[in-house]
Amino acid sequence: MTLLRNPATIVWLVLVLATSASTWLLSKDAFSPVVGTIGVFLIAAVKIRLVIMRFMEISHAPRPWRIYFEAWVVGATALILGFYLAS
Amino acid sequence: MEGVWVFIGADMVIFCVLFQSFMQDRKKDPTLFEVSRHALNYNFGGVNTLILLTSSWFAALAVDAAKRNNLTEVPRYIAGAFACGLAFMISKAIEYTEKLDAGISVHTNDFFMWYFSLTGIHLLHVAVGNVLLTMVWLKARRSAFDSTHRAFLECVVSYWHMVDLLWIMLFPLLYLMR
Repeated sequence: MTLLRNPATIVWLVLVLATSASTWLLSKDAFSPVVGTIGVFLIAAVKIRLVIMRFMEISHAPRPWRIYFEAWVVGATALILGFYLAS
Repeated sequence: MEGVWVFIGADMVIFCVLFQSFMQDRKKDPTLFEVSRHALNYNFGGVNTLILLTSSWFAALAVDAAKRNNLTEVPRYIAGAFACGLAFMISKAIEYTEKLDAGISVHTNDFFMWYFSLTGIHLLHVAVGNVLLTMVWLKARRSAFDSTHRAFLECVVSYWHMVDLLWIMLFPLLYLMR
């Protein structure tokens, strides 16, 4: 029961569900390539942010570090989607 | 902790540059990249993501156990994280073997050059992480980590989370982008 109540377990469950949705749902032809791809990368960005803030505990880090890692998530996602939409 | 964050932050920037180079090459020939992508089995990528997420979960639980001075749980969770890391490496080896058996290599085309390079660099990070987790496990078995002594544990676990989050971006980049 302790394990089930641990906040890390809730985070892990959300990450598993999000991964399953992007791998076995959004990648299907029911979604257009653009919608599917943008959806998959936005989900990836949310997952990465969860890992950084909740698993790495950057949410408790000094403010400059929080800004740095938040900026990386936004920057990397925007970079990939920017190139994708431009091609 | 700040020392390891500097390393992690720098490593993540290097990967971001690699993502950009990949996307620049993809922009030159999106059709080639799309056709080549279909030779990959996204089930491998999805399962590997679940394996690394589970590994990260075990690693986070190990830190939590140390904070609660639950010293017997720390090595158990670290062993779980290591087992998942090993499973990822075995899965990747199977995937590489499938590709090589099908005549696909780093020389096949630009997409597969990137596929083998990016996943290879990431796999190297996983291998280093598994060595570090083994060191942590050996120390944890001697009850070296508790609520006041956990710097090495947290540094290794933070590195391991970075390995996980880099894969979270690499997976859609190579397997799912249509």
